[in-house]
Parts: sequence; C-alpha cells; structure tokens
Amino acid sequence: MPQTRRDPAVLEAWQDPDARPFLEIRKVTKVFDGSTYAVDDVSLSIFKGEFFSLLGASGCGKSTLLRMLAGLERSSQGQILIEGQDITRLPPYERPVNMMFQSYALFPHMTVEQNVAFGLKQERLSATVIRDRVGEMLELVHMSEYARRRPDQLSGGQRQRVALARSLAKQPKLLLLDEPLAALDRKLRERTQFELVNIQERVGTTFIMVTHDQEEAMTMSSRLAVMDAGRILQIGTPSEIYEYPGNRFVAEFIGAVNLFEGRVAGSEGDLLIIQSDAAPGEIVLYHAHPLTIGTPVAVALRPEKLRVLNGPPADDRNWVRGQVREIGYLGDVSVYHVGSEQGMTVQVQVTNRARRTAGPLTWDDTVCLGWDTESGVVIPA
Amino acid sequence: MTATPGAEPASGTSSLKRRFNRGVKSLTQGRLGRVFVIALPYAWLLLFLLLPILIVLKISFGEIALASPPYSPMLQWAADRTLSIQIHFGNYAFLWQDPLYLSAYLNSLKVAAVSTVICLLIGYPMAYGIARAPAGWRIVLLMLVILPFWTSFLIRVYAWIGLLQGNGLINHLLLSVGLIDQPLTLLHTNFAVYLGIVYSYLPFMILPLYATLVRMDLTLLEAAADLGSRPWKAFLTVTLPLSMPGIIAGSLLVFIPAIGEFVIPDLLGGPDSLMIGKVLWTEFFSNRDWPVAAAVAIAMLLLILIPLLLFQRIGERETTGNRQ
Repeated sequence: MPQTRRDPAVLEAWQDPDARPFLEIRKVTKVFDGSTYAVDDVSLSIFKGEFFSLLGASGCGKSTLLRMLAGLERSSQGQILIEGQDITRLPPYERPVNMMFQSYALFPHMTVEQNVAFGLKQERLSATVIRDRVGEMLELVHMSEYARRRPDQLSGGQRQRVALARSLAKQPKLLLLDEPLAALDRKLRERTQFELVNIQERVGTTFIMVTHDQEEAMTMSSRLAVMDAGRILQIGTPSEIYEYPGNRFVAEFIGAVNLFEGRVAGSEGDLLIIQSDAAPGEIVLYHAHPLTIGTPVAVALRPEKLRVLNGPPADDRNWVRGQVREIGYLGDVSVYHVGSEQGMTVQVQVTNRARRTAGPLTWDDTVCLGWDTESGVVIPA
Repeated sequence: MTATPGAEPASGTSSLKRRFNRGVKSLTQGRLGRVFVIALPYAWLLLFLLLPILIVLKISFGEIALASPPYSPMLQWAADRTLSIQIHFGNYAFLWQDPLYLSAYLNSLKVAAVSTVICLLIGYPMAYGIARAPAGWRIVLLMLVILPFWTSFLIRVYAWIGLLQGNGLINHLLLSVGLIDQPLTLLHTNFAVYLGIVYSYLPFMILPLYATLVRMDLTLLEAAADLGSRPWKAFLTVTLPLSMPGIIAGSLLVFIPAIGEFVIPDLLGGPDSLMIGKVLWTEFFSNRDWPVAAAVAIAMLLLILIPLLLFQRIGERETTGNRQ
C-alpha cells in the first residue's frame, strides 16, 4: 500500500487552529428540480497539499460537490473560496482548478500531445513553453513515447495517464479527480494508487478525489469525508475514520463491524460500563466523554479486534459465546461468522499464522470470543 | 479404452450432429456464407447500376439515327462476316465545342456549391439546436424537419411559384405593407433557383449533422471549459472538428442531387439559370438526340464522381487520423 511521506507540518495542518485553509466550502447546497437535495448544507476546509477524498455510495452527492468546485454545476446556496477568494460564481474556464474526468474526456480528434497542450494553448503561452511543459507532463506519467498516438489507440491505463497529465499541465492550484481509478482493472488500480500518490507528492498540488471505493480512499488520502444523502457524516484521517467512526453509517460503510446495542449502566474512571442484550456480561471500554446513565448507545467492534478465548473470562466482561456458522478463507486471514447465543451474527477475523488448510475452528464449533477495553468504540445508537 | 457396444450409436448420432452443425456454421460463418453475403449486394449493383451505366456509355459512343432506338448500333456484322465496332467520340467533342454545355456544367457546379454552403450555414445551427434540445423535444423538432417530405417534392416546388410570382403571396404582402410600390421579379431568377434548392435539400443537411452532434460526448465540452476554453472557442476546437463526418455527409447529400437538379431550375429558374439537368432533359425529350444526351449524362456522372471521391478522401483522413 502506498505509504505517504509528507511533511508533518503540512500533513497536520487541520489540527492547527491558526492555519488558513486553502479551500473553504461554506454551507454549500445544490438543489435539483426544486426539491432534490443533491448536496445539503456542506461545509468543509481543505489545506494546501492535502490529498482529500470524498467517499460515499453512488448518488450521495460527492460528484455534484466536485462538479461545483470545478464550476460545472452552480451551487444553489453557499460559498466556495480558494485562498480567500470567492469563486462561487466564476465560470469553469476562469477557475484555477482542473479536473480529471471519470470518463477521462480525452479529445478523440487530437493526439496525446495535443490533448495535454490544450489547456496551455488557452493561456496563449509561446510554442516552446508549451512544448517543454507537454514533454515534462508526459514524462511525469511515463507516456512520452505515445505522444503522437490518438486516444483510441491507447489502453485504458494509458488514457488515464494522459488525462492526468492534461489536468496537471496547467499547474492548477487544485486538482479534482472524479473516480480516477474506477475504469481500471484491480491489479492496475493498485499500482496506479501508488503512482497517483507519488505524483501528488512531487507536484505538491492539492488533490480532491471522489471515490466509492473505501479501500482506495483509505490508502491514498491524507483525510477523507464520508458522505451520505448529500451530507458529510464524518471528516478525518483514514485511521480516525476507521478506529473512531462517529456514527453507525460510517462504522458500517468503512470495513466490517460488529455492533452491540445497549445502554450506559455506569462508569469506572475512564471506563464506561454498558449493559447489552447482545452480550452475556457487561461491556466495558474506554470512553473519554462521560455519558449519562441510561443513554442508548452502540458498541462498534472491528472483526480483527476480537479474539478466540478458551472459555468465558473470569470477570464476565467483554465476551460472547456462539457457534461457527460460516468460514471465509482469505489466505492471510480467515473470517468466521459466529451465531451468538443472543441471536446475533458476530464476525471475527483470525490471522492464519500457520500453513494449514483448515483453521483451528470448524463449522458448528462452540467458541467464546472476547475483546479488550481499548478495542471497541461507543457510537450513538 | 475399451469401446462398449452400447456407446457406438450414441457417438454415431453425435458425429452426425457435429457434421450438421459444421454445415450450418460453414453457411453462416464459413467461406460459402461469406461469398453469398458479399455476392448479393454486388450482384444488385452490377445489375442495376453498372449495367445501365454501361448501356448509357455505349449509346454515348453512337450517332443519332432515324431508327428505333434512335441511335446507330455499336457492333455490326458487315457483309463479309466481319464484326465492325463503331465508336464515335463526336458527341463528347460536341459537348466540349458548344459553349452551352460547358457553361451549363459550370453553372450547375456553382449553383450546387453555393446552395450547399447556404444549406450548411442554415442547417448547422438548426441541427445543433435540435441535438442540444431536451430529449423529449428532439423527436418533435426532427419530425418538423421531416414533415415536408409528406408532400410531394413537385407540389412543394409548384407551391413556390404561387409564393414568388408577380401577383403571388410575397409580393402581395410586401405591397400591402408598403415596403415596395412595384411587384418584385422573384420568379424565374437565379434567386428562385437557390431558394428552391436550399428549401428542398435542407433536411438532407440537417439529418446527418444532427446524427453526429447528438452522439457527441458533452463531457468533452466540460473538459474544454475546465481547461480554460471559452464556449465559443470550445465550439471551434472541439464541436466543429468532431462534427466533420456530419458536415461531409450532409454536404454530399445536398451537393450531388443539386448538380443534376432538373425540376427546380425548370420551374423556378429563368432563361439564364441553365443547369445541366435541364440540358439533358431537352436533349433527350425535345431534340431526341440520345447519343448526345447520353454523353451529357456520362460527363455529369464524372463531374459528380470527382468531388465525391475527393470528399471521401478527406473524410477518411478525418476519421482515421494520421496513424503512424
């Protein structure tokens, strides 16, 4: 997976209360046909050099938001500012923003070279400057030897590179990527993830990417926003989103999760005690903010945070018992679906440390599963 | 492997089935099928296009004769049982020498070219407008373009006589409004011929243009705008080059029939608007000089064929690009 080596000062800009955001989206709303809210009151600050992802299922409004940033869609309400300058009403051809389209939208009647030069020609630059910049861009995406080809003579991956080179050629302040990898096959997609992150680091441009692929968003972005029904549900770094989902939708959308519903029963210092019908004993976990007794909550536990126990723990906390219903062998890990005595399906992930065809568990085995107080996270029910 | 007796008939039927399948396959995919599929249109073209052209070519090499058919035969058995072939190039020489024919050809070319350009200038915005209209409207607008075809071509041209003549609708209207005191001479002028041709052939320009414009990927225009191109410039650099196949197809569909047009110059044109189609008709029906008429027809065919091949060459270059 691509490991991003960014300047920590840049990387953590959103944690600095004095940092001026590069892009500000203020209460932006987009209404289609007077009643359909494609984007509903979205506010967002993005900092210079970030690789930001908008993640959500199709129809959640992420593409509409991106198109509003490009100027291809007019916002119904709200403001968009780049470096403090209001660009809300600027037409697309006057914005310091470029976009890489999902379909790539390469001009079929132009060569690769001409496609990349298109944006530069609009700026009335001299022919030598344009030629140099085009050469540089094609070098960046390793497409120099295809300069004279036409888009229909290129493979999908090559077209994707040309589209990237074309959108970067004008050195935009902000690059928008609409599902940049969706049209590539899996192997190529994984390799391109690396490359895209590397290119972003090299050119230093702020990237905003729209994707429906959570793995893609997690591996590539510095921060990401999870969207649903036109609203942003949570903004954070990939690990924040994964480890501390703010609500049920985010917890279930990103990765697999076991949700134990219950009520707050009390607290012991930093520990919160939760009474749940889904677990035989109490659920105890760390929670920074005190909650009043009786508050309905859900405990989110990732499958890899659960362990297979030999028997019920002595303190009768943080455990369930059930029967193995399904086994999914994924090579590096196995996923077991355990039907608990309380009638819930609990997913547990076990690393396959030794080489063997079947794990220690098999169908219909009765198992006890346990977890630590640091493993779970409390989310509002 | 030991062959069990019971398995024999089963393999027998399967081999029969295989052979049958192979037969069907060879008919649809094999050589035989391919030859059949290709031969059919070729046979059609040979019978109804090449053969008639060859007959006309043969007549053009004859001489006028008081006979039925009214031209001298090309092949003849002489008395001493030798076959004599008579080819007269006189008709073509006659076309070249008499300035009437040359000027009629040139005039036809001019009228067709100018009409094509006018059709393109009027048709392109219309086709563009229809292609970019809301999907529900497109079919209605296209119907309106095609609607005149429901009336006979001849009747529509006659209708223009009623509109254009001295006491016609247009003059009547202009007189009553007070813009003119004397009726304008509209009918039997070159203007009327252009009007008639543009009016009649405009749909043939609009339809292929519409077909290419409606298929165009509109995200290309978004990409052009995103890269800093203003709408007008995006039209010139993206939409216009991409609609070239439609422009070429529409231009050919107007230009070719307009060259040989006979009805419109005959009904709407004046004495000076002489076009080759009209000359051909006169030669054939008034003078009953079939060989000269045939020579005119062959010359006209060549006249049309040359721009056609030229356009096709450009079109090929346009679509395949400069592949290396």
